[in-house]
Amino acid sequence: MLKDITLGQYYPTNSVLHRLDPRLKLIVLFAIIVFIFISSNVFSLAFLILFIALFIIISKVPFKIYIRNIKSIVLIIALTTTLNAFYVDTGTVVLKFWNITITSGGIERAVFMTIRIILLILSSAMLTYTTTPTELTYAIESLLGPLKHLGLGNAVHTLAMMMTIALRFIPTLVEETEKIMNAQKSRGADLESGPLLKRIKSLLPILIPLLISSFRRAYDLAEAMECRCYSGGKGRQRMKQFKLGVRDYISIFIVILLIASILVINYLYSAGIIYLNVW
Amino acid sequence: MPIIKVENLSYTYGEGTPYRIQALSDINLEILKGEIVGVIGHTGSGKSTLIQHLNGLLKPTSGKIYLEGKDIWAEPKRIRELRFKVGLVFQYPEYQLFEETVYKDIAFGPRNMGLDEPEIDKRVREAAHMVGLPEQLLAKSPFDLSGGEKRRAAIAGVMAMRPEVLVLDEPTAGLDPSGSKLILERICEYRQKYNSTVIVVSHNMEDIAKISDRVLVMNKGKIFMFDKSERIFARVEELLNIGLNVPQVTQVFIKLNKLGLVPSSNVYTIEQAKSLLIKQLSRRGTFNA
Repeated sequence: MLKDITLGQYYPTNSVLHRLDPRLKLIVLFAIIVFIFISSNVFSLAFLILFIALFIIISKVPFKIYIRNIKSIVLIIALTTTLNAFYVDTGTVVLKFWNITITSGGIERAVFMTIRIILLILSSAMLTYTTTPTELTYAIESLLGPLKHLGLGNAVHTLAMMMTIALRFIPTLVEETEKIMNAQKSRGADLESGPLLKRIKSLLPILIPLLISSFRRAYDLAEAMECRCYSGGKGRQRMKQFKLGVRDYISIFIVILLIASILVINYLYSAGIIYLNVW
Repeated sequence: MPIIKVENLSYTYGEGTPYRIQALSDINLEILKGEIVGVIGHTGSGKSTLIQHLNGLLKPTSGKIYLEGKDIWAEPKRIRELRFKVGLVFQYPEYQLFEETVYKDIAFGPRNMGLDEPEIDKRVREAAHMVGLPEQLLAKSPFDLSGGEKRRAAIAGVMAMRPEVLVLDEPTAGLDPSGSKLILERICEYRQKYNSTVIVVSHNMEDIAKISDRVLVMNKGKIFMFDKSERIFARVEELLNIGLNVPQVTQVFIKLNKLGLVPSSNVYTIEQAKSLLIKQLSRRGTFNA
């Protein structure tokens, strides 16, 4: 049950995407997110879909793993889609019943929003599937590096360290939760049935031991770090240094091409040179 | 009729993911009413997976488990009732304590069974007495107890349900010698008082040798041996091969036997060693050999 939480879960394969520099992947993800939202027309969105589909294939992570991620937010997607369809009233009226009207503009917006959310989830999932949490925090620390010149060096390091620790302990806590759940189930705890209030109350036998053991872990970890003379970020180095390689430069080139294409398509569309009208 | 019967049990973790692991393959065994079965095996040999099947926490990928002749998964909705019959004490059970008082914590299981208050009260006091927790500790917070006391309180929490089969995963791990001796004694006492069956998983060969009638040896998800304790510990070579060992006293006697000082190395508890040595030495008619 708890194993279904796939957010932030690394999926090991030997694809090119896995071997790319994590900093690059993070920047590209941001770029893609920005472009998902400025792709305001059918053509550039279709272009993005094509590209993300290509990335998914290259990542060698089975498609059904991605699907599992989308399944978990199906409700949000459905809600956004319907709200958009109802509340936008531009374009021609397509459907009218009772006092609800659905316009062509509404449908268009709803379809666009749905596709955008799905692309957003897919592309961020791709980052977490192909990048280990440690690499990711390294990327964040490295990209926030310039802040060090503003005298925020220690804050940047502390933030990165906190993220590393948090990510590192997610699987441990999941395992611990499962263990405690099993132990309480063995004592006849009923976690799955009954009215809501009773079910919330039945979580106490799990939450209390979990909280206590988290505190214990935190103390232990702090002590272990101090024993190894940890004293913040000053003068710390990494064992694994990342350096941009040939494949990183090639990917930078491809991504720049992608961005340029979208800009061109957007321009051509707004200038009316290419168009699509289904209505 | 055996109280527990396991038939062709196989279990795979993470089916359909890249982390797929076959934890158990084709397990067949029968456990008799009233016996104490020790389970040993290397880390990752499938011991814990096996015992989690016995009270229905895990559902077999294939195969069947019978309790008193009934398939435990015949009615999946009633699996909770099974957990009152097969009580499972996890490793480091003190981490599952959560109530304000020791009393309330021990009462958690019996209360889930839907017993009435006088019966719950009776069971809580009896279980606390059984594990040797003094009455005045019952009103304390479980987090104020010592490590050994916490462990015993947690075990009492399962004993209070009076399971017919009591399963314990490493009940003595991390305890001092007197603490672990106490717990093993209490487990044996529980078995005697309620004529129940006990299954104990342990890495400590001395503990296993001391209390088990039969020993189940697991290796790589399969049953490696399942036999009377003395016959298991006679197969030293095979045990060493799979990363296990025999009790220290047996190791001493194997050496003594090689030197020709004792007639057999078939000794696995201190008591046996003592009586055998006394017999041996008095036969020679001298104690200063």
